[in-house]
Amino acid sequence: MTNALRLYMHYLSQSIRSQMQYRASFIMLSFGHFLVTGIEFLAIASLFARFKHIQGWALPEVAFLYGLINISFAFADAASRGFDIFGTMVKSGDFDRLLLRPRSTALQLAGHELTLRRIGRLVQGLIVFSWASYTLDIAWSVPKIYLVFIAIFGGACLFIGLMIIQATIAFWTTESLELMNTMTYGGVETAQYPLPIYRTYFRKFFTYIVPLACVNYLPSLAILERGDPLGFPVVLQWVAPLICIIFLIVALQIWKIGVRHYRSTGS
Amino acid sequence: MPKIANRTSSLAIKSYIAVFSARFRTLLQYRAAAFAGFGTQLFWGLLRVMIFEAFYRSSTAPQPMTVDEVVTYIWLGQAFLVLIPLRADPDVRDMVRSGNVVYELVRPANLYFFWYSRAIAQRTAPGVFRALPMFITASLFFNLQMPPNIPATCTWLVSMLFAVLISAAITNLLNISLLWTISGEGISYLVFGLTWIFSGIIIPLPFFPDWAQATINILPFRYIMDIPFRFYLGHIPPEQIWYHLPFQIAYLIALITTGHLILTRGIHRLVAQGG
Amino acid sequence: MPHIIVENLVKTFQIAQRQPGVWGALRGVMHRNYRQITALDGISFTIEPGELIGYIGPNGAGKSTTVKVLSGILVPDSGRCEILGRVPWKERIAHVAQIGVVFGQRTQLWWDLPVIESFDLLRDIYRVDHHQYAQTRDEMIAILNLESLLDIPVRQLSLGQRMRCDLAAALIHRPSILFLDEPTIGLDVVSKLAVRDFIKRLNQERDVTVILTTHDMDDIEALCTRVMVIGQGQILSDGPLENLRARVTTERRLIVDLEGTEDITDPDASVVLRDGHRVHLTFDPDRVATADLIARITAQHPVRDLFVENTPIEEIISRLYAENR
Repeated sequence: MTNALRLYMHYLSQSIRSQMQYRASFIMLSFGHFLVTGIEFLAIASLFARFKHIQGWALPEVAFLYGLINISFAFADAASRGFDIFGTMVKSGDFDRLLLRPRSTALQLAGHELTLRRIGRLVQGLIVFSWASYTLDIAWSVPKIYLVFIAIFGGACLFIGLMIIQATIAFWTTESLELMNTMTYGGVETAQYPLPIYRTYFRKFFTYIVPLACVNYLPSLAILERGDPLGFPVVLQWVAPLICIIFLIVALQIWKIGVRHYRSTGS
Repeated sequence: MPKIANRTSSLAIKSYIAVFSARFRTLLQYRAAAFAGFGTQLFWGLLRVMIFEAFYRSSTAPQPMTVDEVVTYIWLGQAFLVLIPLRADPDVRDMVRSGNVVYELVRPANLYFFWYSRAIAQRTAPGVFRALPMFITASLFFNLQMPPNIPATCTWLVSMLFAVLISAAITNLLNISLLWTISGEGISYLVFGLTWIFSGIIIPLPFFPDWAQATINILPFRYIMDIPFRFYLGHIPPEQIWYHLPFQIAYLIALITTGHLILTRGIHRLVAQGG
Repeated sequence: MPHIIVENLVKTFQIAQRQPGVWGALRGVMHRNYRQITALDGISFTIEPGELIGYIGPNGAGKSTTVKVLSGILVPDSGRCEILGRVPWKERIAHVAQIGVVFGQRTQLWWDLPVIESFDLLRDIYRVDHHQYAQTRDEMIAILNLESLLDIPVRQLSLGQRMRCDLAAALIHRPSILFLDEPTIGLDVVSKLAVRDFIKRLNQERDVTVILTTHDMDDIEALCTRVMVIGQGQILSDGPLENLRARVTTERRLIVDLEGTEDITDPDASVVLRDGHRVHLTFDPDRVATADLIARITAQHPVRDLFVENTPIEEIISRLYAENR
């Protein structure tokens, strides 16, 4: 375990070094990400300018949800680049190289790259989150700060798990994995708004199958001290993000099934 | 002399059509992509519709569009999502990466229109499996309404045709930007981001604040989705086509000319570097 | 005890078929046909420690499938395979720690990193002890003459330089078996010789078992003590190069440079090629002694030069395939 962690750190430091060779590209893409996600937020803000609120949630409260989910997604997105490009690796045969090394394939893919340009989204998410916290005048306490951290951590685990499942599908079809983007990018967009606005089946899907509600809506209720029209137990608001660690573990097991399939069909 | 010129140009056009149809057929083979695309668009459509419905439930203030119009607009956006120039042609990308792009220069055809034909195929082929089923599904189950009258339908179709051509011209700009390997990636992302926001796919453009409308109106991106869709809805009166059509054509010509110029410079640079 | 035991290995693949034309593409969306391909049709062999084996066959014959099974990437349908006492696909991690693999067309080095950093990463990946790592690395750098390349990012290396670095990278963990897939493909003559020389040294001085797949018959002639030929998923021939020759044909070639351009006729030899003054004859050394044939020809014709050759290996292989079709 410590050995694996050391290797992972070694991978990361080399990945950062590689990316620093393309500094111009890095700066441009980070800035691009910052800009695009920034304008997207302005689009949301302009809707609030016209409608004032969405089922009782005003812009700063939605901005809180927005910031939280975007920060966790930025981390996940940066860490899972290897899984993201995995489809092309299978196609080109480069995945075989990973199987030729005496390490788990998941570890090697995780170490493939730490995509620094995702910092654009991270910074944008942090700005929106800070603005929201400031505007809402949140009474910060140790438990609330802890909750923010595990929400971000749980969110990152959830998204990394989703990206691993998405990559696993590439063992069967390398043609397109677009559908899984609805879980990742679509999940981010879904979680930018409070859960009660959605129809029941949609809500249930993002609570019980992909536990998005656990990393964003439920903890935000506790931090913002709002009542829950959906009536989940209050204790859940404080522990829900940890459920996503289980989600990640399940995703890794599914990944193993995919690797086994690949090794018997050779795709 | 004119006769020969005529023949060569008809041969050239034939070759562009051949390129288009080859690419079109290849793209039809991506079966999983077609199914996945359908599912994805269904998801995004439902999500956006639910968000807007929730907004309309929360306020009675007058809005730039009615909720029914917004719903139709959103589904049209999903049905014709392929019009968003998401990325450069992957084959061109590979050619540039491997350096094989120099062989493209020996083709007896204009490289710009060669790639442009491919780009048009890239923007239309998925339509068979994506636009049509999405359109039918949304009109049957999700309240996508038909155009109110025949003039609206006609003006929509005309502006859609130019939307395809403009979108393909932007795609081709992305292709060309790849000739500058490092900055190409950044430019592609920025162009995609701008189109994403200013075409109307994330929110219908009339919902942007009034002070932003002037800026949005001078960008070409609204001609990819927003303008055609609002013709469809009758939200823009049909006679306005005489105002918008010249703009669409002008943008198309401008984009093609710019692409041509940049491509010439890019090739020049490539040849000067010796590949 | 043999390093590698393979018995009756079978592997089939399912291939989706596409129909031609637009209509075919449309139908392909709804329904797809599959075809079975037998890549390995019961192959068996054993390899002793220290052997240097050429594994040859046309594309699609099952070469790379064999290498994938032996290296633990692919699980076969049936058959037995034991390498250094392990079943490769059952104990992948333990197995791959003992082998090295080099693909001629692909590098295992990190594209944007200096060569030495790739070596360092591989040390951590293979958990090589630091002391042993330093020793192996320095040896490799010396033998393969890598000193001047170490700080260059891999993407800037020439193909020959990259291959040398890849060879070193594959040996960082001191594997006892080395798989080389087309190691000389696309290399210039000097690099080719350097690579061959290195493989030979590795095999002789360190007793590394080497399995070499290649299309370059000069590699085979220069290096391999034993050649396995695969065709349509079966081993068509296995043994020393001379045996392969003898099995397919005993013929030799006599190449004569004449003073003039007249025809040569001889009851025991036949002309296969004429090129100006040069005549290529084939003959069977069992029917006529080489010395007799030469004596007869030089007696009848004014000869500038002459020499005897074995049938080119390409020709032997293609005949072998023709026989097995």
